[in-house]
Amino acid sequence: MSRTHRPASVTDGGQIEQGSVAALQGPSGSPHWLASRRRRVLLQKLIIYPILLAGACVMMIPLVWLLSSSLKDSGRIFIFPPQWIPNPWRPENYPAVLEAIPFIRFAWNTVFVTALALLGQLISSSLVAFGFARLRFPGRDLLFLILLATIMIPYQVTLIPTFILFRILGWLDTYAPLIVPYWLGGGAFFIFLLRQFYMRLPLDLDDAGRIDGASTFGIYRHIILPQSRPALGVVAVFSFLNHWNDFFNPLIFLSTTEKYTLALGINLFRGYQVTQWHLLMAASVMVSFPCILLYALAQRYFIQGIVFTGVKQ
Amino acid sequence: MVTAVSPFCLVLIMQFLPAFRRMPAHIRGEAIEGYLFIMPWLAGLLVFVVGPIIASFYLSLTDYEVIRPPTFVGLRNFDQLVNDRLFWQALKVSSIYVFTSVPMGLVLSFAVALLMNQRVRFVSLWRTVYYIPTLVPVIASTMLWLWIFNPEFGLLNMLLALVGIDGPLWLGHTRWALPSLILMSLWTVGAPMLIYLAGLQGIPTDLYEAAEIDGAGVWVKFGNVTIPMMTPVIFFNLVINMIASFQIFVQPFIMTEGGPRYATLFYVLYLYQNAFQFFRMGYASALAWVLFAVILVLTIVVFRSSALWVYYEGELRQR
Repeated sequence: MSRTHRPASVTDGGQIEQGSVAALQGPSGSPHWLASRRRRVLLQKLIIYPILLAGACVMMIPLVWLLSSSLKDSGRIFIFPPQWIPNPWRPENYPAVLEAIPFIRFAWNTVFVTALALLGQLISSSLVAFGFARLRFPGRDLLFLILLATIMIPYQVTLIPTFILFRILGWLDTYAPLIVPYWLGGGAFFIFLLRQFYMRLPLDLDDAGRIDGASTFGIYRHIILPQSRPALGVVAVFSFLNHWNDFFNPLIFLSTTEKYTLALGINLFRGYQVTQWHLLMAASVMVSFPCILLYALAQRYFIQGIVFTGVKQ
Repeated sequence: MVTAVSPFCLVLIMQFLPAFRRMPAHIRGEAIEGYLFIMPWLAGLLVFVVGPIIASFYLSLTDYEVIRPPTFVGLRNFDQLVNDRLFWQALKVSSIYVFTSVPMGLVLSFAVALLMNQRVRFVSLWRTVYYIPTLVPVIASTMLWLWIFNPEFGLLNMLLALVGIDGPLWLGHTRWALPSLILMSLWTVGAPMLIYLAGLQGIPTDLYEAAEIDGAGVWVKFGNVTIPMMTPVIFFNLVINMIASFQIFVQPFIMTEGGPRYATLFYVLYLYQNAFQFFRMGYASALAWVLFAVILVLTIVVFRSSALWVYYEGELRQR
């Protein structure tokens, strides 16, 4: 970082540096101070980028290995040293997965369950959150406190009686246990999230609606819901991931193989005598694909959801 | 179930009925609509939460093996539990996991978020790269790591062999199985990282500028602005990750089935085995209540301690 490098760092310092020079016209704007600051910025870059890059490699290598393994033939998968680019290239593994397990059937089941559970969760949580955020009724605050408390209760506590209840109802080995609870406010966290969002919308909106003769439901449907698209998007995205990825509930409530969801169905590969790793990896890629696609399409909802939940309380 | 729920309903009605009667008509109308709006959740609360909690408490005091109706045995399940070596093993395994993977994950994700917050170029690209592993469904990531940890043909041991190290059996070795799962958990630091990053970006820049005018250097700014402003976010991540880590199930269920020699017998896995493999539902309910108690105590400790180290901006304003 000797003086010879200084001109270069001045040019690539860019607008940010110029701004801070302008802001610090006083005694601290001396050339000496500038030099040390430049040096620090350059040093930072020399440290930060390599560390970030190393971390990024650690994050990506397993995924690259997943993709690579999914495109190898069954023999090449065991070769040492590890072969990163499959040779020969075997995209046929993907159709082979559809033969090895009833993949299409499982995918359809998963779409069915996820869609209905997501829909129920969106409708019920937005209704309930509206009640808590915009209407006054005796016991509201106490009930909301109860709602918060239920978020903290581990699901294992209610698991066994719920299982017995579903057995009495004859719902075992049907999709009802995977769907119905979410139409009844299951996932209290989403109610909390939406309620916090609704609370920040001005009450004048409701009053204006009432003056125009809107019913309470009309205010919910035509004023609050359209204003809440970002928050509803967050709920939809995370609800989708929850249901798409769920392994535990299908494991407990489904027993017929044809009714399995993808998460459960992929586990069938382990049951065979020799694990067909190349097919298992191809199946894993396929089950992951919608989730990653969703992130690519709806990245802002992920970021917003994180801001709502973790940062603004 | 209905009998279990009805006292709760009765208390609610007794509590609010008098207040309800005294209301003017339009306020009563709003109240009725309020109850209608929260009705789905209220019904779900009674049927899927309150009822099952009461039933679960009762079941924990019974011997219930599904084929016969439950028989009341008092505290025998809990007595048995104290003398159950596997219960203590499960508690130990889960505790070790929580107390190692959570702090490691939180420190690592905080460090990465700090680096990304240093006016780095292509932040959204870096963010995506670090976040993608958390998007992979747990079943797929579990299968992938099962393959990576494969002692003979797995990527990890192949890479170690390239540098001349004879890798361990990983999941197949009593000493390495649990560390393997902890290692794997670090792959998903992207989730807390994203939350930290959002928090860091929310720190008002005028705080840093004020500190700079007072002559604060990098470390002073970090210690006196960044850390205090981030404590609520650290607190949030700590609570969420602690509770989630105590409930980890899929990874040990698929990768090790609790083995070898119970080295990865996680608490929820043991609970699942008792309930759905050995059909000891009463005993499993007792296990669930102990888990609840452990999580509750830990959460209370963290919440209580938060008064000492979590800084909320609102506190100052209120004074």
